[in-house]
Amino acid sequence: MLWLVILAVVVMIAAALLTVFLRSYLAAVAAVSVVSLALAVIFALLRAPDVALAEAAVAAGLSGVLLALTVRRTGLWRSDAGDGKK
Amino acid sequence: MSPDALLVAEYLGRALYGGAILLIAIGIYAMVARYNLMRVLLGLALVESGVNLFLVAIGFRPEAAAPIIVGGVTDVPMVDPLPQALVLTAIVIGVGVLALAAALLIRVKETYGTLDTREVAKFLAAEPADAAPAAGTAVAGTPARETVNAGSAS
Repeated sequence: MLWLVILAVVVMIAAALLTVFLRSYLAAVAAVSVVSLALAVIFALLRAPDVALAEAAVAAGLSGVLLALTVRRTGLWRSDAGDGKK
Repeated sequence: MSPDALLVAEYLGRALYGGAILLIAIGIYAMVARYNLMRVLLGLALVESGVNLFLVAIGFRPEAAAPIIVGGVTDVPMVDPLPQALVLTAIVIGVGVLALAAALLIRVKETYGTLDTREVAKFLAAEPADAAPAAGTAVAGTPARETVNAGSAS
């Protein structure tokens, strides 16, 4: 269980870093969904199955769809350069 | 508890709390250091996830069962169900917050034509502070004044 938790935490942190540093906004939204899915795995391992279900269904699914629709509405899906850092 | 199990619990706590704090730190970085509002929104989602992980990790005890009573047996050690119930609420509220922020983001894009916070700040500095209800005050350099007025009139 310890190794599963550590693996899920590593996946979660890697996806969070990708969220910040990926240039494509659609890919960044997908990375946020990956963060939520890894978090659902951690919740299930922490003996919180109800929270894991809600996290996977609502946070990963619903808010992922919401953010992807926002990316489409604001026309960010083709600006891969982004007005990010510079 | 055996010393081996104590060691495992120690590492488990470090991984969980470290992961939660790193997630919150990355989210705050995305909200503070980036200029695109979409990136700020994603950072907000990351901070929410980190706080949820932190709260569930507080309620966790090693070698305890899930807080589900099976067959009326209540004397087994269980993890704390209170943070789990609150986090369950917080997840749903988080989606609501995200939806509101996304709606505001779309509105900013329609009104100012950009999502860069620096350019939005320029537009906000260019228009006078009390010009919001006055329709038809044409400020030079704002491309979508009609959208603003239509939005405030409706």
